[in-house]
Amino acid sequence: MSIKGKAAITGFAEMSPQKDAEGRTPLGIMATVAREAIADAGLEKKDIDGLLTGWAMGEYSILWPSVVAEYLHLQPRYFNQVELGGASAAGMVWRAAAAIDAGMCHTVLCVVGDTRRVSTPGRKLPPFPPNDAEFDAPYGLIAANPGYALIARRHMAEFGTTPQQMAKVAVDQRKNACKNPAAIFGAKEITIDDVLNSRMIVDPLHLLEIVSPCTGGGAFIVTSAEQAKRGPHRVVSLLGAGEAGGHCSITHAQSLTTSLVKPAAESAFKMAGVSPKDMHFVQPYDCYTITVIVSLEDAGFCKKGEGGRFVEEHDLSYKGDFPCNTHGGQLSFGQPGLAGGMSHVIEGVRQLMGRGGERQVKNATIGYVNGNGGIMSEQCSLILAVQ
Amino acid sequence: MADYKKPLPHPTAVTLPFWEAAKRHELQIQQCGSCRAYVFYPREVCSECLSPDMSWVQVSGKGILYSYTIAQAPTHSSFTEDVPYVIAIVELAEGPHITTNIVGCKIEDLKVNMPVVASFADVTPDITLVKFRPA
Repeated sequence: MSIKGKAAITGFAEMSPQKDAEGRTPLGIMATVAREAIADAGLEKKDIDGLLTGWAMGEYSILWPSVVAEYLHLQPRYFNQVELGGASAAGMVWRAAAAIDAGMCHTVLCVVGDTRRVSTPGRKLPPFPPNDAEFDAPYGLIAANPGYALIARRHMAEFGTTPQQMAKVAVDQRKNACKNPAAIFGAKEITIDDVLNSRMIVDPLHLLEIVSPCTGGGAFIVTSAEQAKRGPHRVVSLLGAGEAGGHCSITHAQSLTTSLVKPAAESAFKMAGVSPKDMHFVQPYDCYTITVIVSLEDAGFCKKGEGGRFVEEHDLSYKGDFPCNTHGGQLSFGQPGLAGGMSHVIEGVRQLMGRGGERQVKNATIGYVNGNGGIMSEQCSLILAVQ
Repeated sequence: MADYKKPLPHPTAVTLPFWEAAKRHELQIQQCGSCRAYVFYPREVCSECLSPDMSWVQVSGKGILYSYTIAQAPTHSSFTEDVPYVIAIVELAEGPHITTNIVGCKIEDLKVNMPVVASFADVTPDITLVKFRPA
């Protein structure tokens, strides 16, 4: 018994990321993309009876799912927030499928949006976790940059991964972004030298290897396999899902170089009954270049330690031999809070629906999506396929 | 010291013994009386077997540099004057990992897995941070 094939994603909407909020609020953005996603799925608001959402730095509070339900004036029969950082959107897909399969509801709106800055005067950003505040922050281990730099350094020491190999991820994904009108950095291609000559931020990570926070939002609709057949698009079914966690501070991860992507991906592939070599594309979370290398290794696309060489030897562009983050990844698309993680889910669905436009991967019928939250703290892998 | 602007720990009843030991320039962490695991950071119960039988023990202060990054841009505005500084994870000889800074070492001499030893930094009259230097 599993949720394999029980539910499908039938519509989506995405706000093009923008550097500044320009007066937008997270709730307003969520409502906008919700309207567009419902229409994209060929539904009306009254058809939505489930709601999954996630925090927004700009306005977050207790009772957040009700805050969102009230703003959208929905009366869900199943609702919650998914708090898995950047893995939240991927985590919403299987939770929605499970709720539908359990008979709790029929059609779930999954929606996130953020301005990355406090959008309401007088509010504060959510606080750091208690251990991080007491035992990490005093030493400058604050937010994500240094955490991922620690991972990169250890990976380089253990496996000989090079700065050039890490830079290649950003270079190839930029090629994809140049075919994505929504990408915040899609105007021109970059070279490995451009990446390595960009400002060193947290050695060994350069500026062009680090995501840029911005304003944006995304939404998608999950419904039963039965209802999905009546939608306007090719049906994109959830074949497998897997999740894993266990640390918050990177200092307390079981390993810096073998991540929780491993158990998450293993579960997802097992449920789907397929293997990495069957994938037509991958959309792995890419807050940093090193994230992609570690994730590809742990998901089984290459051996542990060979991720650097793997990205060097393969063309990660949409027309290459290993299409990876065909929307440009968050490195080029931008990171609008949790909508950054949602961008990988939406791009996977977009490709499978055949709506990839200029960056469409030819004959793509099955793909791998990964969500990653915190400092490799939360992992959710999905196998999506055309039904 | 009154103008120390960087984030400071706010010890709790559970974590206070760690910070009091640091003030005496001693490194103490918890050990579980039931499964003998060394535990860091301080907890009310053992993170391995969940036993409440936790006691404080003095450890060697020795370890290896598990990983490090050189902050060439401040990771928080209060660290601006420290750039470049080294944020590190040290693996204590007893096992647990601890977040720290590496001091007394040229950046070009840093090496993953190099031996290090605790070095105490009295940053305010109340707080001493546990940093590490090459052993």
